[in-house]
Amino acid sequence: MSISFEELKVGDSMPSWSRKTSFAEWNRYAAVNEEFVPFHMDDEAGRRAGNEQGAFGMGNLRYAYIVNALRDWIGDEGIIREVGCQYRAINQKDEVLTVVGEITKKHINDGHRIVHLKVDVLNDSDRATCPGHAVVEV
Amino acid sequence: MTEDQITYVTDGMLEAQGKWGPSRTSYPITTTDIRRWAMATYYPKRPPPIYWDEEYAASTRWKGIIAPPDFNPFAWTLTTGTPTKRSGPILNVQPRHPEGRPLTGMNGGQTDTYGVPMRPSDIISSRSRLLDWNEREGRLGHTIYIRTEVEWKNQNDELVRTRISTSIRY
Repeated sequence: MSISFEELKVGDSMPSWSRKTSFAEWNRYAAVNEEFVPFHMDDEAGRRAGNEQGAFGMGNLRYAYIVNALRDWIGDEGIIREVGCQYRAINQKDEVLTVVGEITKKHINDGHRIVHLKVDVLNDSDRATCPGHAVVEV
Repeated sequence: MTEDQITYVTDGMLEAQGKWGPSRTSYPITTTDIRRWAMATYYPKRPPPIYWDEEYAASTRWKGIIAPPDFNPFAWTLTTGTPTKRSGPILNVQPRHPEGRPLTGMNGGQTDTYGVPMRPSDIISSRSRLLDWNEREGRLGHTIYIRTEVEWKNQNDELVRTRISTSIRY
């Protein structure tokens, strides 16, 4: 997939990107990132950490979802220059997380076609769990 | 001690601020490392072939497989002998409650700026430094927000990634 810089407009949304998350996703991420933290793996440990619903997901995995959404949007020829986010809410088990993004600026810098976005990862309740920004080259 | 006199800042933090810690080095990245990372973060769907299909990847601008930008080459790393893979020595300079009470920690977020992509056979070196902090009263009580910078370079001394992360302790 490739996108046309000329056709992009400030205010346009990138395609949303969703995953239902639970132990199947968290355990796979724990395995590749060596992130075996008890409150991501065990409901009782999650409750001991203050989350009544039990185990909860990794912030780093939500960050990966933002990166993946950008990659799927800009295609393999695009370049992800910068991604930043804040972790504002917990990712509960079995939630569907949805990455969203909106173009805030576009410009050409020394021949590079640069697009800025505000991004977020919404939970089932459309709550912002991960507000942030991204810069890509298309 | 009144609330407005509390500080979690330690002498160790003051000493370490702004100073790069020692570098640590990853094992060489393999195609399997990259493929498994992409499979885990795209699960249950198939990741893009740029992360696993060498023939396809050779036809792109990258001329070969690249790693997702968030790929962590330091997972399962023992090359420096440290058991704390995520933190270089300076990050062990932690804030402390003046009365010794353990602090609770949260990951506040991060901004990553990317340079060249990571590729199979790359060896990544990392160094980090404590940037700054601020303390204030929040809904969780006295809270300190600490910013740390981590810089990654590859074996050609090319910048791979700069991360500014915020750690929250209360």
